[in-house]
Amino acid sequence: MNATGTTGPQQMTDVAVVGFAQAPNERHSPATTNGVEMLVPIFGDVLRSTGLTKDDVGFWCSGSSDYLAGRAFSFVSAVDAIGAFPPVMESHVEMDGAWALYEAWLKILSGEAEIALAYGFGKSSAGTLRRVLALQLDPYLVAPLWPDSVAIAALQARLGIDAGLWSEAEMAGVAARSRASAITNPLALLSGTTPPDDLLASPYVADPLRAHDCAPVTDGAAVVILAAGDRARELCERPAWISGFEHRIDSASLGARDLTTSPSSAAAGKAAGASRAQVAELHAPFTHQEIILREALDLAADARVNPSGGALAANPMFAAGLARIGLAASEVIAGRAEVALGHATSGPALQQNLVCVMEAR
Amino acid sequence: MNQPPQPLHAPLEISFDYTRSLGPTLSAFVTALARRRVLGARASDGRVHAPPFEYDPVSGAPPAEFTEVGPGGSVVSWTWTDGPLDGQPLAHPFGWALIRLDGADTAMLHAVDAGSKDKMRTGMRVTPRWAAQSGNGIIDIACFEPEGLATADGSPSAPADADSAMPAPPEPIGMITSPVRLTYDHTVSPGESSYLLALAEGRLIGQRCPVCGKVYVPPRGACPVDGVPTRDEVQLPDTGVVTTFCVVNVPFQGQKFPSPYVAASVLIDGADIPFQHLILGCPPDEVRMGMRVRAVWKPREEWAIGHNIDHFEPTDEPDAPYDSYAHHL
Amino acid sequence: MSNRAAVLGTGQTHHRSKRQDVSIAGLCREAADRALADAGLTADQIDAVVVGKAPDLFEGVMMPELYLADALGAVGKPLLRVHTAGSVGGATGIVAASLIQAGVHRRVLAVAFEKQSESNAMWALSITPPFAMPVLAGAGGYFAPHIRSYIRRSGAPLHIGAMVAAKDRRNGARNPYAHLRQADMTTEKVLASMMLWDPVRYDETCPSSDGACAVVIGDQGAAEAAGRPVAWIRATSMRTEPTMFSGKDHVNPRAGADAAAALWQAAGITSPREQIDAAEIYVPFSWFEPMWLENLGFAEPGQGWRITEAGETEITGSLPVNPSGGVLSSNPIGASGLLRFAEAAMQVMGQAGEHQVAGARTALGHAYGGGSQYFSMWVVADTPD
Repeated sequence: MNATGTTGPQQMTDVAVVGFAQAPNERHSPATTNGVEMLVPIFGDVLRSTGLTKDDVGFWCSGSSDYLAGRAFSFVSAVDAIGAFPPVMESHVEMDGAWALYEAWLKILSGEAEIALAYGFGKSSAGTLRRVLALQLDPYLVAPLWPDSVAIAALQARLGIDAGLWSEAEMAGVAARSRASAITNPLALLSGTTPPDDLLASPYVADPLRAHDCAPVTDGAAVVILAAGDRARELCERPAWISGFEHRIDSASLGARDLTTSPSSAAAGKAAGASRAQVAELHAPFTHQEIILREALDLAADARVNPSGGALAANPMFAAGLARIGLAASEVIAGRAEVALGHATSGPALQQNLVCVMEAR
Repeated sequence: MNQPPQPLHAPLEISFDYTRSLGPTLSAFVTALARRRVLGARASDGRVHAPPFEYDPVSGAPPAEFTEVGPGGSVVSWTWTDGPLDGQPLAHPFGWALIRLDGADTAMLHAVDAGSKDKMRTGMRVTPRWAAQSGNGIIDIACFEPEGLATADGSPSAPADADSAMPAPPEPIGMITSPVRLTYDHTVSPGESSYLLALAEGRLIGQRCPVCGKVYVPPRGACPVDGVPTRDEVQLPDTGVVTTFCVVNVPFQGQKFPSPYVAASVLIDGADIPFQHLILGCPPDEVRMGMRVRAVWKPREEWAIGHNIDHFEPTDEPDAPYDSYAHHL
Repeated sequence: MSNRAAVLGTGQTHHRSKRQDVSIAGLCREAADRALADAGLTADQIDAVVVGKAPDLFEGVMMPELYLADALGAVGKPLLRVHTAGSVGGATGIVAASLIQAGVHRRVLAVAFEKQSESNAMWALSITPPFAMPVLAGAGGYFAPHIRSYIRRSGAPLHIGAMVAAKDRRNGARNPYAHLRQADMTTEKVLASMMLWDPVRYDETCPSSDGACAVVIGDQGAAEAAGRPVAWIRATSMRTEPTMFSGKDHVNPRAGADAAAALWQAAGITSPREQIDAAEIYVPFSWFEPMWLENLGFAEPGQGWRITEAGETEITGSLPVNPSGGVLSSNPIGASGLLRFAEAAMQVMGQAGEHQVAGARTALGHAYGGGSQYFSMWVVADTPD
């Protein structure tokens, strides 16, 4: 192990994803911002699919955001969906549910739980999402200007175009492929077969970004169950064993870092063994970010990327990263892949990134 | 079951002027801005960061040296917005840009008032347009504009003009104010919607959990103990018992009632959970645990969808015995 | 199997109602720098950073850990952000400990903060969404009725709360970092202060503070390499229950009792009253000292106030509670829990200065949040087993 913690001890507990469920992805959900209405059905789904009851879950962890909801302590009522009495061992991160899954993974590794459940939820449509996200920027020097999240992504996209790293046509290609893949995903919000050339004929929303370059504003929730060793084998015929789980963050200074690369993704991907993946679900809310991520994660040329349609088909904030891991795990569980990768991002312009590599054994 | 087709929803505005203390580095930067000068900080690797870092990206130390940069610079990347959002620097279509100020190695994010998108390009030269007011931090720069752009009266908008017009602030600026105003569409659960609509008709309803049989008022949508949806509606009377209470003697921010008054947990007859409400109709020091109370509804003409019970008042019945409500404390 | 973890260093800011001399990053760095210095480490020796704070609306920054990555030396490293309401400081310490216990990292920095003066916590807490019942009485008014219930249930004399408040404020005077430092506070003075939310008086309530706390947690190798006393984390525990449900015991919440029972068992403690030498318990309103003494198993239900009344929770007593002055002396909300955890560690490291409990070898750090529904706690000791 070195100072940056890129390698763990050799004798780690085997932990696998054994269950996954997600709520319908909706443009305007009638649910409250406390998540209960979206969570109750999918807790039922995921417990049924694994044959577990809530009493079997040793640790619960959630990811959500007060600013997405517009209220302090908006996550508190979500535990109503668990039925948290008798009391449960539970925690919450103000991050995407993918990081809640990371905390759940720790609890199994440390021997404090054998089965852990992570969930994420977000009603992005409650506010004006791209404006709300301006509050993630430096509160002294940047946020007072209220730059919206689409404009920030557009600045990043142009840097890559100017540097010859990608083109608007390649970006449209990413969108077209995502939408085509999403046709077979019943939970996708956007899908279709529009060719890239037609997409390029649409107007800019923030030059060089067009509507197809941006993830749709999406309400939703996701849940993933982890289990240790033999428990995982009991619960699932073909568990998705976690072989690498890493995350890193980059500088918040947009003008001081190279926005055309993602060092945090590269470091997390390298440590997690991302290049082994046969299939990858990447949390890229903008088309050019998928291009950045493929490069940073050193994915194989023949790796399948975002068979679900990815975040461009549905991007429920604070659940989309966790859903990527659940979807990637499903590729292993269903026997469609031997090694799969789920990725989550957080913050402006891919500031923070998480990689979870799972495999069949 | 009497659920509305769609849950109730209404706008929720959160609005606050945050007061941000700056600390030494940001104070130096903001104070210089008020004097219409832009400071950068030299990092331990020699790179000049503008705006300055608070902590050196290499060494982690505060900046040892400030250096004046700009005020002009070059656009490193840009985009264009046709529909400015509330709070953004300009109300008409404008460009966002990462701008590397002359003498700096990093870029600053700001708006560029270029008039039209076809004036924007990577590498273009821009210069700050100073705001009429100063001392407000980064918004002291109203925006950037293409270098050499003629203003409406035909005179060049040169920074030197502004410089002479802006007296130096008497002392370093240590604080800025950042207004945050956001509007949300707030939705309540189907169960709570039913409850509010019933209140609008002068009725109090709860919902019974199909597993534990407990009656929740207001309905919660899901039983917090069993995690299952609650749908069976229960009509409740508007009488109950004060389980516990406090006397509020001092005003607090957001308070809506004159002090002193009593905020109490009221257990409605037939319900299995108390809710908080006001007790009026007797001096605060006469309110007791176990006191029987009834709802006093607002005048009919004031009823709306929502909380039409104004307060609770004593019924003058004998107090409920402690053991009858002790398990609700 | 869990790997051993120990607190290698602690740090905190001077807590004040308004720390207008620093930015948010500056506030956090003040605590982090002290923790690193205390541990004899530099930021580049840290593998991962865990940040905790209460609602983002308090500072008006969404996920401020993103902006703080640079200041906290987290760039290129893993960074986690915890938020479990008022217990968040404790949860932050526990997540940091988990990173070590899971065998993922060797040295982790945990930082928790609140800069309440950026806004007004009462404002953020009293936002009434459409259709909601208006907030009737603020935070104190939420807990005061439950304190009344405790008094009714236990038959405690009415001066117990004032005794707690006077003791904690006097203890605060021994703590150079405390917000309120009132060496001459007495039970009589507390009883003479204004009744705010009857039965809670002004001097029985916590202040509103700006402040931060940081701890460095390491694995066994890092602890042994420290070459100085560390605080071994013997056990951690967290439990959650819903805010309101039928049958909820607001005086003696089961989540707290279950968390404590699990904690004592994991730490091998059979008699906390005998085996805990110092306790840092989250007491934002004075009466919560006797309530939590019962909830934690230091006393039978209804008997906690007798420990307080006998003076046993004084710094010289048999069960010193909040020798640092506790939340009643400093309350930077997001940091308050981690301060309890850090102060417990300082006691067993022999680093508590003027508020050191003589001979403290095993100590409790405790936090709670929400409507008495989130509980987090740890036991630290001067030896690993």
